[in-house]
Amino acid sequence: MSFSRRDFLKASAAGIVIGAFPGLAFASSELIKKKGQRVVVVGGGFGGATAAKYIRKWSNNKIEVVLIERNPMFISCPMSNTVLGGGRTIDDLTMSYDELKKKYGIKLVKGEVTAIDPEKQTVMLADGHLKYDRLIVSPGVDFMYDKVEGLNESVANTSITHAWKAGAQTVLLRKQLEAMPDGGVFAISIPKGPYRCPPGPYERACQVAHYFKANKPKSKVLILDANPDIVSKKGLFMAAWNELYPGMVEYRPNALVSKVDVASKTAKTEFDDVKADVLNVLPPMKAGAVADMAGLANVDGRWCGVDFLTYESKVHKGIHVIGDAVSAALPKSGHMATSQAKVCAAAVIELMQDKQPDQNPTIANTCYSMVSGNEAVHVANVYRFNAEKQAMISAEGGGVSAKRSELEGAFAGYWLKNILNDVLL
Amino acid sequence: MIMSRTLLVVFGMLFCTAAQAEVDKHARNLAASCSACHGTDGNSEGGMPVLAALDKVLFVNQMKDFKSGARPATVMHQHAKGYTDEEYELLADFFAAQKRH
Repeated sequence: MSFSRRDFLKASAAGIVIGAFPGLAFASSELIKKKGQRVVVVGGGFGGATAAKYIRKWSNNKIEVVLIERNPMFISCPMSNTVLGGGRTIDDLTMSYDELKKKYGIKLVKGEVTAIDPEKQTVMLADGHLKYDRLIVSPGVDFMYDKVEGLNESVANTSITHAWKAGAQTVLLRKQLEAMPDGGVFAISIPKGPYRCPPGPYERACQVAHYFKANKPKSKVLILDANPDIVSKKGLFMAAWNELYPGMVEYRPNALVSKVDVASKTAKTEFDDVKADVLNVLPPMKAGAVADMAGLANVDGRWCGVDFLTYESKVHKGIHVIGDAVSAALPKSGHMATSQAKVCAAAVIELMQDKQPDQNPTIANTCYSMVSGNEAVHVANVYRFNAEKQAMISAEGGGVSAKRSELEGAFAGYWLKNILNDVLL
Repeated sequence: MIMSRTLLVVFGMLFCTAAQAEVDKHARNLAASCSACHGTDGNSEGGMPVLAALDKVLFVNQMKDFKSGARPATVMHQHAKGYTDEEYELLADFFAAQKRH
């Protein structure tokens, strides 16, 4: 940058646009002095926390890892629909980051990234900056509220929730269901794919129906799906709706909600207006805002293109992107985020020693959905790197459950326990 | 002549060691994706079987039985079909070498 500090001071004295320098790179202090090789990880969800842990573990603690996370606690999105069904509380899904600090020596910085400078290899936060050798961005998703007229973050936090990041909105949605009179309508709107957790909305319909069946049997679950058909585990979800909740769940395909009226809890589709007692709208999604700070969302302006051997961004060298934010033919699931994180962690360690990363990454995904209080269904797949296509391609043999079962319901619970341990302990 | 033969052997050994280390990392990376269900390094906390320190022959046989359908499963018949026999061996070596907690 040819603009000197003196020029900057002159410019600001003259009242010229200070906003052009996000993060106040000149004035800010280095939060943790960089000594040896360092990886900074932005975002402590399934992807980011796993990447942080495995870089420490697999580098024998030789590489310093700083993990930036804005939330004080980790809350699992997987299985959070069971909070709506009543099987779990949000506390059951909440874990501390302490073991990542104590056991692995990860330096945790609580805060929000305000800017990324790929040239200077610096991440800016409100109260200072951090330097890195390599940056891993695991920003999850953000919501495109502007695609649904009448919807915004404040409405989502107080009235028409998405509850698509587990936390306060999940608890609010549960309270709304509890307050709803018997005979009421719960409507969920699903955006066009790709979105986080493809089977999640259908699982949510099951969990709400499960709660209604026991507590408000005259009530109805209405699914407004912008997609032409059920996106995931179709036969299994339809069987659950027909057999477990007959007459309660109604599915409408090609029902894109473009507008909501907050006061009357009405969702407008191309065909009609749907009034609900509890309205739950998942807005279209894109890579989390941090991706935009370094211009990483190069696919449709929404998702981040990466090299699947390293998860290095197609836009900037030295910056890696993992998890739901990645543009790939991989499901946006918690297990996928951890698997991508490990491929990325292994590659980053090799790259920092000027060695070649693993040329044949092969990863698995197992995703459970709870269709009642104790029964689950799954989808499982192995994905391998295809050098010709430069893509992760589904291997032979993947598929879904033969039928829903209590056995799989039990496995779903153990899946949660084991994956949370793998990410955080 | 004797000297160069010795050198060849030494180089051969070095190469093998280097190649072995690479294979181990690939096996480690392959196995890492299993830990969502089977715990970090195969140390499951319940439900799914512990794979850490599992006998190699047993591991490979189970995978083959999952693939053929000889051992019924909810999920593993699908994953088993996604991996090759060579990968079964790599995974078996890796898990057999892990400490059970």
